[in-house]
Amino acid sequence: MSAILDFLLGLAWPWTRLLLFLVGICAFVGLNAAYLVLAERKGAARFQRRPGPNEAGYAGWMQPFADGLKLLSKQVLIPPGTDALLYCVAPLMVMAPPLMCLAVVPFGESLVARNLDYGLLFVFSFGSINVMALMLGGWASRNKFSVISSARVVSQNVAYEIPMLLVVITLLMVAGTLDLNEVIRQQTGGFWQWNILRGIWDFRAGHIGANFLMPVTFIIFYTCMLAETNRAPFDMAEAESELVAGAFTEYGGMGFGVFFMAEYANIVLGCSLATILFLGGWQSPFPPVSFLAYFSGPLWGPIWFLAKMYCLVFSVIWVRWTFPRTQFYNLLNLSWKILIPISLFTLLLTGALMKLPLVWRHLF
Amino acid sequence: MSMKNAVRDVFGGFWSLLVGLRITLGQFFKPIITVQYPRQTVKIPARFRGHIKLILDPESGLSRCTACNLCARACPSDCIVVEGAKKEGQKTKWVTDYHLDFTTCSLCGLCIEACPFDAIEFSKEYNTVARSRDDFNNMDLVARLAQEREVWAQNRPSQPPTPPASAPVTAVVAAAPAASAAPAAQPQPLEQKLTP
Repeated sequence: MSAILDFLLGLAWPWTRLLLFLVGICAFVGLNAAYLVLAERKGAARFQRRPGPNEAGYAGWMQPFADGLKLLSKQVLIPPGTDALLYCVAPLMVMAPPLMCLAVVPFGESLVARNLDYGLLFVFSFGSINVMALMLGGWASRNKFSVISSARVVSQNVAYEIPMLLVVITLLMVAGTLDLNEVIRQQTGGFWQWNILRGIWDFRAGHIGANFLMPVTFIIFYTCMLAETNRAPFDMAEAESELVAGAFTEYGGMGFGVFFMAEYANIVLGCSLATILFLGGWQSPFPPVSFLAYFSGPLWGPIWFLAKMYCLVFSVIWVRWTFPRTQFYNLLNLSWKILIPISLFTLLLTGALMKLPLVWRHLF
Repeated sequence: MSMKNAVRDVFGGFWSLLVGLRITLGQFFKPIITVQYPRQTVKIPARFRGHIKLILDPESGLSRCTACNLCARACPSDCIVVEGAKKEGQKTKWVTDYHLDFTTCSLCGLCIEACPFDAIEFSKEYNTVARSRDDFNNMDLVARLAQEREVWAQNRPSQPPTPPASAPVTAVVAAAPAASAAPAAQPQPLEQKLTP
């Protein structure tokens, strides 16, 4: 009897797990999108020394629900002359990639929906759909502002995909694996073992790290992440003061709301990725020695991960409310003239430094 | 050389970005300066000019106005009408009616300068909103003073609310229905009733 039960449980468990993670990720993304909008508004207010939304509920905590209800109560309107199918599909397509990508993001050592061996590749292949969705949304809505914005989105994302991938290749060379959980596991043993600092000097191995420009690499990754998610100062896709609402001009109600939520879902994903690749994911900043080992259990993992991720999310909001929007040619100049050459240089440097110990051993 | 400039540009630009971030973060931790208007109000500056009002003498609770008419004469817009009457057993006249046509008043302050008894001043009243022009073209300042005196009297329970010497003014107070404690937050309908 017990054997049959075990067999059935064994059969059901992977599916149950999948279902639980699906629900969990949907809830996580939804809540994040809703409350990051509030955090953004609160943050903007604090940077301008205002209180921000504070009428709906205590200190404005019900504001996302109020906004959501308002958006939901609006009529779904498909403007005449639009490509109705693409117009309706675009918001879904922009929301789906971050949901998919979060399936492979390890929040803790075992808290991951599906730990793929090629997780990083998975994230980047799905992450690039985002551009397409924005472009289709802008194109399908038959509005000149939207079309201009779509063109901007495409050229911006193409320009910033390159340095981002170059930076990720640099990290891949260091890590030697596409498995995100494995990348994190390599960064164990205190904050100086995180990739951002281990690149400068590998304390455990006791020699120079794989790339002493790793902090620069991190900044490039961060900048590209801002550009890829169309965040200020690179918010050419929306550019509300120039292009009305850019690609979303013709969208109203929840269609617009989904675009808005997808932006925050993408930010969460980008910050998670930056945390995993550079800041040690769920690793504790303390080395696992004596009483400090207490802080690196399976319970603390998600806490560290979320703490690091939300620090990065805060910095994204901080950056938005500090810098004005760049001009478009400056945006492209930054990518093609500065970020791509530097990231290429760090790529070469990493290759050279990784082979250096080998050369050293051969010579002496 | 141009390479050097380019490198300096990149580093200088990056440094300027960091400076900007530091400044905004500094603002982030400073206290909020928003005043939640309907619940909080800013302190009205001393030199703010609202409509003129009769000063309540904190000793007697009465106006110091003797209806000498100097303010009405000083007024370039002719928007003040003062009436006074002699009370029993007193040598001077006392104000019984003080009407201000606020629609033509330019808040020049000549009436206040002209007043020899410091009986009028600019009020700090800025919530002057009404549905009708009639609420402003015949403002009864004596009635407003009576409202103010009710507040004043409540804050001084030991004293009699109205001294018996002010017979004509008490009549006005008695005629006015119990107004809200706020001294004329908005023009009250009672002024219209009292207009002669």
